[in-house]
Amino acid sequence: MYRSLYPRDMFAELERLQREMQQAFDLSPSIRGIGRGGFPALNAGGTPQTVDIYAFAPGLDPATLDLNLDRGVLTIAGERKAVLPKQDEKTAVHINERFAGRFRRVVSLPDDVDPNGVSAAYRDGVLHVSVKRRESAQPRRINVQ
Amino acid sequence: MNEKTAVTRDTPDPASEPALLPPVDVIEDSTGITLYADLPGVPREKLSLHVEADTLTIEGEINLATPEGMEASHAEVSLPRYRRAFTLSKELDSGKVSAELKNGVLTLRIPKAEHAQPRRIAINVA
Repeated sequence: MYRSLYPRDMFAELERLQREMQQAFDLSPSIRGIGRGGFPALNAGGTPQTVDIYAFAPGLDPATLDLNLDRGVLTIAGERKAVLPKQDEKTAVHINERFAGRFRRVVSLPDDVDPNGVSAAYRDGVLHVSVKRRESAQPRRINVQ
Repeated sequence: MNEKTAVTRDTPDPASEPALLPPVDVIEDSTGITLYADLPGVPREKLSLHVEADTLTIEGEINLATPEGMEASHAEVSLPRYRRAFTLSKELDSGKVSAELKNGVLTLRIPKAEHAQPRRIAINVA
């Protein structure tokens, strides 16, 4: 188990706490990390026929979104332009919390998805990617030669 | 005084339901304030904006067309609504707020009053 070298470093402690929570709830730690808190926020779910990913990516032109499915890995990438004006004497930025810049998020899909059955729609700032599951998602026997 | 304070609420107060805090940008220039808020998943009819006394409240409900029988496996957006309130300052003209919701981003423009009129300051007793 990871322990902080700096016991008073609050952020490291929080990170450790998050890790322990993660293990306690057994949220299948992925090789790509937790990825929580990035932009866009992702929700995922599925039905027996589909796998559904919802990316909360407001304020984008859907034509500029780069969506790829390669060997079961879904990548959502793009750029969100900043709305903040150049700092000058007449304007003041009081709060600046919204994400701006390039982003990329990667999701591993289950093994039984059909790469030809992908559809994506962008509505109210949410990108919904629906991937069909293969009909013959049966375990296969492998012959040993 | 505001009449709304005298009305007793029989229905549960929606302001007590848990909600997400949407990220915002607030920019001021010489003629007013522009506020941008990220409200992904909120359609126009589920967005509510109101100004009561000097408090501006933004509330929105997420409405995703999820397929029937979908089981969530991972959720970073874990609540179905957003809420955030701001206190307006007196030189802002809350009667002339304009709002636009596009692709999940709310843009609010709050102009400054053309001539700062003398105004009663409401004192709220907690």
